Amino acid sequence: MAMKPVTFTLNTEAKAAFTEDGQNLLDFLRRGAGDLSPKYGCGQGTCGACTVLVDGEPHLSCLVLAETVQGRRVETTAGLGQARPHALQEAFMERFAAQCGYCTPGMLMSAKALLDRNPRPSREEVIEAIAGNLCRCTGYEPIIAAILDVAEGRIRA
Amino acid sequence: MAVLVESHATLGDAQRALGSDGTYLGGGTLVMREVNAGALQGRILRTSDPALRQIRPSLDSVEIGAGVTMAMILAERDLAHLHPVARAVGGPQVRVMATVGGNLFAVHPYGDLTVALLALGARVVSAGGAQRPIEDFLRERDRTGLVATVQVPRPREPRGFAFLKVSRVKPKGVSVLSVAAHLPRDGGRLRGVRIAFGAMGPTPLRAQAAERVLEGSALTPDLIARAAAAATDGLDPPTDALASAWYRREVAGVHLRRLLERML
Amino acid sequence: MSGTDQPMIDFRKQFFANERDDNLNEIGKPTRRQDITGHVTGRSPFYDDHLFEGLLHMRCARSPHHAARIRRIDASAAERMPGVVRVLVGRDVPRNLNTLLSLLDFGIDDEPLLSTDRVRYRGEPVAAVIATSDARARDAVAAIRVDWEPLPHVLDVEEAVKPGAPVVLDVYPTNKFVYHGKYDHQKLRFGDVEAAFRQADIVVEGRYQMSPIEQAPMETCGAIAAPEQNGRFVCHTSTQALFFSLATASKTLEMPSSRLHFIGGTVGGGFGGKVDSIHEPLAVLGAMLTGRPVKFMWDREEEMQVGAPRGAERWYLKDGVMRDGRIVARRFTGYFDSGAYTRLSSYAIIKGVGHLPGPYTIPNVSADVYCVYTNRTPATAMRGFGITGVDFAIEAHMDKVAEAVGMNPVELRILNAYRDGDMKAHRRLAKNCALIECCQVVAEKAGVKLSPAMLAAASTRDGGGERARLPSHTATDENGRVQGYQASSYAKKGAKQPPPPGALALPPAARTEAPRPAAAQPPPPSTHTPAATAPRAGSMRFSSLSGFRKR
Repeated sequence: MAMKPVTFTLNTEAKAAFTEDGQNLLDFLRRGAGDLSPKYGCGQGTCGACTVLVDGEPHLSCLVLAETVQGRRVETTAGLGQARPHALQEAFMERFAAQCGYCTPGMLMSAKALLDRNPRPSREEVIEAIAGNLCRCTGYEPIIAAILDVAEGRIRA
Repeated sequence: MAVLVESHATLGDAQRALGSDGTYLGGGTLVMREVNAGALQGRILRTSDPALRQIRPSLDSVEIGAGVTMAMILAERDLAHLHPVARAVGGPQVRVMATVGGNLFAVHPYGDLTVALLALGARVVSAGGAQRPIEDFLRERDRTGLVATVQVPRPREPRGFAFLKVSRVKPKGVSVLSVAAHLPRDGGRLRGVRIAFGAMGPTPLRAQAAERVLEGSALTPDLIARAAAAATDGLDPPTDALASAWYRREVAGVHLRRLLERML
Repeated sequence: MSGTDQPMIDFRKQFFANERDDNLNEIGKPTRRQDITGHVTGRSPFYDDHLFEGLLHMRCARSPHHAARIRRIDASAAERMPGVVRVLVGRDVPRNLNTLLSLLDFGIDDEPLLSTDRVRYRGEPVAAVIATSDARARDAVAAIRVDWEPLPHVLDVEEAVKPGAPVVLDVYPTNKFVYHGKYDHQKLRFGDVEAAFRQADIVVEGRYQMSPIEQAPMETCGAIAAPEQNGRFVCHTSTQALFFSLATASKTLEMPSSRLHFIGGTVGGGFGGKVDSIHEPLAVLGAMLTGRPVKFMWDREEEMQVGAPRGAERWYLKDGVMRDGRIVARRFTGYFDSGAYTRLSSYAIIKGVGHLPGPYTIPNVSADVYCVYTNRTPATAMRGFGITGVDFAIEAHMDKVAEAVGMNPVELRILNAYRDGDMKAHRRLAKNCALIECCQVVAEKAGVKLSPAMLAAASTRDGGGERARLPSHTATDENGRVQGYQASSYAKKGAKQPPPPGALALPPAARTEAPRPAAAQPPPPSTHTPAATAPRAGSMRFSSLSGFRKR
């Protein structure tokens, strides 16, 4: 199986790693680049637990061919709030927006993609932004509330 | 067996290299899940040909590259009539990745955009330059080769086109069915009516019986009721995990009526 | 919830004053989860977040049939494929037969880790490939050749208990679990339902069916095992029941648990679906036989297809009702679809029968509940399993009864609700009842108008007294009596034993009885009786484990 070098930016760091042909970005990030924050939930693009940002846009890393991130910037939850907690992390903690925590990294990335583009979203826009992320524990309301807390300035970094 | 990924400079190169054993990777939302499951092996071809990602508006139509994503459609003011359709495809992450070209080849329960393109009477342009009406393309799509662009006529007036997707999970869910209608008006009468259903057969299909009811008449509640009654004539919906054929047949007319009422 | 919304009733002060202190320093105050920092930084260590050098991947070859005999498993081509390190089959498992609750001495060992001779549900594993990558393991699984002889199968609980139905498990030849070594179903008898039906004004019958429900955790089930020093094995697992998994691995691998170092506790959603201890023994066995770290992780399709769901249930209810809405008798016949193996279904039924007849004071109750084997995916735990299904049946039936007697369904529930001091069908006094108050709050919120008498009703009043009496006569029977099973030791120590001789259900033995007194009827809750206060002080606790006590 052919191995291809990929150089890309992971959060703030320049990274270089080898990818196997056909390897998806989720597996590449976890095993190749050692970033365990994106999670495997389905491998089918249905659950959103593997959501990462590629050049600022939310992607399902299980459906991205790893070699296509060559030269691009990938953001994951591991890169959020490295000096102090990001406002979304504060809000998720405060609002009990994580229970088992497995969907949380993907949720945070979808929420970040929304707020980076639209800092004052409506409730409907928040719901639309996390429509591709499943959560089996919380019933979504605490997550929506946490994102709105940040959007409406109640919780800051 | 394993996966072997080839990158090509242009779509034309990819088409020439495709052969009978290659699989073309577009946005990845359909092909990568098969790769992940080990169900798809062998040669996978991709290209980052920039021509595929262009949207070229002209007076009465828009030419959309096969690599244009749903998110790019949503960002394009010239494609406002397709925004409700693109927004109905997947969640935000899928829309960033899923392409027009992939949607043309998607099998049920995917392919909602293609339903709209069928209703609008789009023409599909192949990598080799051949053009086909979208009906012909859908009939032959397992042997047409790669798609370069799709030419999509603009509706002459905003209420002349409407789309509806029915799903169990909201706001994001796969189609129980989808339906699109293009009703050009000529002096108060409908001329060139096109109605398309998704999930009513192996590919998106036109509801020709309903079209015949509407053609040449003025749109009235009574006419809508008659079109709705003919909604599934000649169509053979599938039974799957989302809905039974019986259910789809029962509700198709109801949804067509609701769609057409929006266009009164 | 809006800030202006005043609670109609402060349950804590009004109803549980004796049991709730005023100086609580956590309840009612916002708090952060102790594990939340790891969750929001993506650093919580789920089992798949443990990296091992040289990790191997395990995937199973599975049955495409609901039921089949295995004539031959040929893994030779798979074993020669690149990246394949080993292929496990049933004979590699030291003790290839187990039932989860054998750890509590409850039930006969019935399920292999890897089937050798027969499969009983679609997706049942028969071999496990260990390879250097998930993709190579998948390819090798596809190369395993199994010579199947499809067998007749049964997918419906009532079809399965008919004479002549395909036998799913030889140790339970009538497709029914055996309770307490005595009966092919779990029985509840309280009063005399048949006599009460004859005295009732109306009899209302209903049939209710629930489908299986997949827990669908975000994280799929799995485990990673690796050799440690001193002959020990570490196992990172998604289990919800670490000590079940540890003991199950110890038993099936015939290895003292002191050699097993299990690490769990960070679970990506379980909802009951991660107690079955399927992955840990195979992952450890893989690590034992290869000397390398092995991961056994279901993909999403496996999670949905072979992950044990909440079992399907079918219930028949028959109520005897007086014209004023009092329910005087309720009979249940329940069929719980255990699927192909027992797992936790036998226990679910014990829980469920302890819950009957729902939160209502009914003086004559009877239940026959069967744990039925079919060729479907085995069922297991899921949030309130054993209770939720029959509650759906009970509450749907309450609505049907309300319609039959022309009563508001909320009022029907208030009229029949447990009140403090009432005798329940399992012979304990009701305490801390609050259904009436719940109904009153719900009616108000839903805009349902209640009569003044129903608004005045209270769980603390008018219970007990006559309503606390045990029935003067309880009709019993020997229906479903079986022989050849032992009550004291369900788990056959030798495993792999043939079914006990004569382990067959006997035909129902009718029992002649002395003339019966009239069936009890509940006295209507009187509106004059002074408030009963005594039962609140009682400290009797019903143990959900009491069903496990040997009789």
